[in-house]
Amino acid sequence: MAERIRSSKACTVNPLKMSQPIGGALAFMGLRGCMPMLHGSQGCTSFGLVLFVRHFREAIPLQTTAMSEVATVLGGLENVEQAIVNIATRAKPEIIGICSTGVTETKGDDVDGFLKLIRERHPELDDIALVYVSTPDFKDAFQDGWAKCVTRIVEELVDAPAPGSVRDPARINVLAGCHLTPGDIDALRDLFEAFGLDPLFVPDLAGSLDGHIPNDFTPTTLGGAGVEEIRAMGSAAWTIAIGRQMHGAALSLEARTGVPFRLFDRLTGLAANDALVRFLMDITGRPAPRKVRRERGQLVDAMLDGHFQIGGKRVAIGAEPDLLLAIGSFLHEMGAEIAAAVTTTDSPILADVPAERVLIGDLEDLEAGAGDCDLLITHSHGRQAAARLHLPFFRMGLPMFDRLGAGHLVSVGYRGSRDLIFAIANLLMEHGHSADPESWREWPAAQADHQPGGSLQ
Amino acid sequence: MTSLSATIQDVFNEPGCGKNQAKSEKERKKGCTKQLQPGAAAGGCAFDGAKIALQPITDVAHLVHGPIACEGNSWDNRGAYSSGSTLYRTGFTTDITENDIVFGGEKHLFKAIREVIEKYDPPAVFVYQTCVPAMIGDDIEAVCKAAAAKFSKPVVPIQSPGFVGPKNLGNKLAGEALLRHVIGTEEPPFTTPYDINIIGEYNLAGELWQVKPLLDELGIRILSCISGDAKYREVAWSHRARAAMMVCSKAMINVARKMEERYGIPFFEGSFYGIGDMSDSLREIARLLIERGADPELMDRTEAVIAREEARAWAGIAPFKPRLTGKKVLLITGGVKSWSVVAALQEAGMEIAGTSVKKSTKEDKEKIKALMGDDAHMIDDLTPREMYRKLKSAEADIMLSGGRSQFVALKAAMPWLDINQERHYAYAGYQGMVALVREIDKALSNPIWEQVRQPAPWETLGDDWRARALSLDPDEAAAVRAEGPRLQAVA
Repeated sequence: MAERIRSSKACTVNPLKMSQPIGGALAFMGLRGCMPMLHGSQGCTSFGLVLFVRHFREAIPLQTTAMSEVATVLGGLENVEQAIVNIATRAKPEIIGICSTGVTETKGDDVDGFLKLIRERHPELDDIALVYVSTPDFKDAFQDGWAKCVTRIVEELVDAPAPGSVRDPARINVLAGCHLTPGDIDALRDLFEAFGLDPLFVPDLAGSLDGHIPNDFTPTTLGGAGVEEIRAMGSAAWTIAIGRQMHGAALSLEARTGVPFRLFDRLTGLAANDALVRFLMDITGRPAPRKVRRERGQLVDAMLDGHFQIGGKRVAIGAEPDLLLAIGSFLHEMGAEIAAAVTTTDSPILADVPAERVLIGDLEDLEAGAGDCDLLITHSHGRQAAARLHLPFFRMGLPMFDRLGAGHLVSVGYRGSRDLIFAIANLLMEHGHSADPESWREWPAAQADHQPGGSLQ
Repeated sequence: MTSLSATIQDVFNEPGCGKNQAKSEKERKKGCTKQLQPGAAAGGCAFDGAKIALQPITDVAHLVHGPIACEGNSWDNRGAYSSGSTLYRTGFTTDITENDIVFGGEKHLFKAIREVIEKYDPPAVFVYQTCVPAMIGDDIEAVCKAAAAKFSKPVVPIQSPGFVGPKNLGNKLAGEALLRHVIGTEEPPFTTPYDINIIGEYNLAGELWQVKPLLDELGIRILSCISGDAKYREVAWSHRARAAMMVCSKAMINVARKMEERYGIPFFEGSFYGIGDMSDSLREIARLLIERGADPELMDRTEAVIAREEARAWAGIAPFKPRLTGKKVLLITGGVKSWSVVAALQEAGMEIAGTSVKKSTKEDKEKIKALMGDDAHMIDDLTPREMYRKLKSAEADIMLSGGRSQFVALKAAMPWLDINQERHYAYAGYQGMVALVREIDKALSNPIWEQVRQPAPWETLGDDWRARALSLDPDEAAAVRAEGPRLQAVA
């Protein structure tokens, strides 16, 4: 439906996009006992670390191979080796996840080759898993880094099931895209458990970055999917993939283990969640639990209440492809018009975004397209544009550094969709304009000349 | 030798730095930074440092030539305030892609500069070099020169690829760029005998504005602040100041020293943190201005302002004294700020359980000793577990540190206060010190601590993780000893 357009500017202004390596690093943060590491200069890690600390308000495990200029030119074998040995000694991780960066990719470091050599030289590291993913900064975006990383985790860690082994019908794998918050994952876990299923989320940010108080000091991730659990993904009955970005990982997992998968492009909105619940009823043979039925009713009611505020509104959204689809489609279903859609990277899903066109661009592009909109939705970096345009601003995505609770914002499931309606409709009501004696003195200049937060439709 | 490595060597050879001068020729060439340990390093890169130092210039377009990581992951994340233009908060980057890596990014950069000038028309464009274009040999100096000629506008190359070193080096490289391309290129409309430069002050959380009213009152004009709340032209004409104050330790000592050499502007090193330091800084500013020809009565007025403000500050702190007396503070922060605030904390009745000396010089340590006495705990490096143990074993009631270590305190249900660059409160000058004491009191007296320390209904007292962390088994304790901390009581 939507036409995909790439911005032709030479200068990106107010970036919407973040880089691949930190997308990959965040995926590693959804594994238990993990130390993610960027193979690059120390600034690569430092910027990512500060970004995640500000978003999650948690301690963030993220290391660096600290490549100097000379090491970069000569190659990073020694730095990678030293870094792994140092991390193994100091942090005692179960797994070290390594992402490359622009610096080491420009040099052309063969990290897979390095890891073979390091394995030979250091048998004492045999019980630490090492997963490497190539994520040059000068290609693709955050969401791609996350997706590639999950695919590599599957390829490197998942065991092929022994011949004749039996799958456990109660166990499911859930491949979670980077647009899901820890709160989203907890909500989905509740739903799956309500059907008697035992889900393994990969990655599982709810275990590591949900803000819980840890049992002890650990320099690695505090929780998440364990390496042993990932190895055993082949014994699950089904894989559920959430977000088109997880398609590759799901295919990979199926090829490796034969576990069939079902891909849900989004889980925000009534129809999307009906599809999920119907699927869960099918695979479990169980009726929908009473709690789920009640929540569906509440969502339907919220849609009825909220369509007055949201219907007819023109919305500008800047988000990574899967989040753009989820939020854009849901608001479209509520009667809003997606008047401006900007994203970070190409994806087949963009064609399904209910907008005339989707621009792969930056926040300057979004600001230019949002002038006559009623609502701006993007991550916290949109705050300057929203202020300049005097638009109500709803923050979604990462980073969200000027609000508390970024990790607990839920927008999936019946209940998450319901609460999203309330949040957005409340914001629109707050910014609505009331009439004064001059309101109807003149006809509006043009039909398209919408006032921000215009009158109720 | 390339111009960048020559510049770096020049920076390493800083005669204004006492620490540097104590080194042998060979040691000096190695530079002032410890070799980073892969897998155990923390901190920003040279590009980060350069951006921190220059981005506070508010009306300049700061264009980052590199892949998306350098700007996309970090923009609008610093707390320098502006009284005018907000252009410095706009993120500009070439966001280079594979094509640029293969064919070179110079044309791309030139086009980007043109777009920025056409759309935003800033008084100048600063172009920051990063690792990847440095590796492929993009000559940003040449591009900037061509663009400056073409668009008749200053386009300033900042040679700051991240992998040449840490943040501190980046601060200095930024300073070198100003010295080479900006300072001395314009003339102020008028000058007075009361014109000063403030070098190395970034107006974080508006701290410059905690100081400026006092200077205004004394008739002292900040001709140029490098770089907090500065405009491009102010920096360009900063060579006409009569005296300069260098803030924030050694970050921009090269700028202060070279401006003294080239333009005869005397400078002193001072701090706006702490009541005594603030007064000393005002005195020094007045003294240098009088030396350069200002009316000596300036000193009398300065002393009068100091006396009045000190009295107000101590009076502001006094009410907190009964509540704060005996409370112990653990100060974990970079160098100077540690000892600058010690006096104020002590005046409020608090004791210093320990302070970090990781970035401090030998003189800093002497000052700490003078302030805190012989049993001062100077901490070189603390593991998170040790930080927690120090907090927990009642050696400290509150930790003051940068954002990185905040969760050690917070997860341990201990009060914590941010005193680093991302903070939102301003603690400079006399009012700032009272604000700091007020914030400490606010943190300490908050009723949440009592509640959040209670065990959950399913836990028994003394069986929580905090208790376990304190009662390490011998193996663990040995491991903790082996990895640090290195607590040194000053002999």
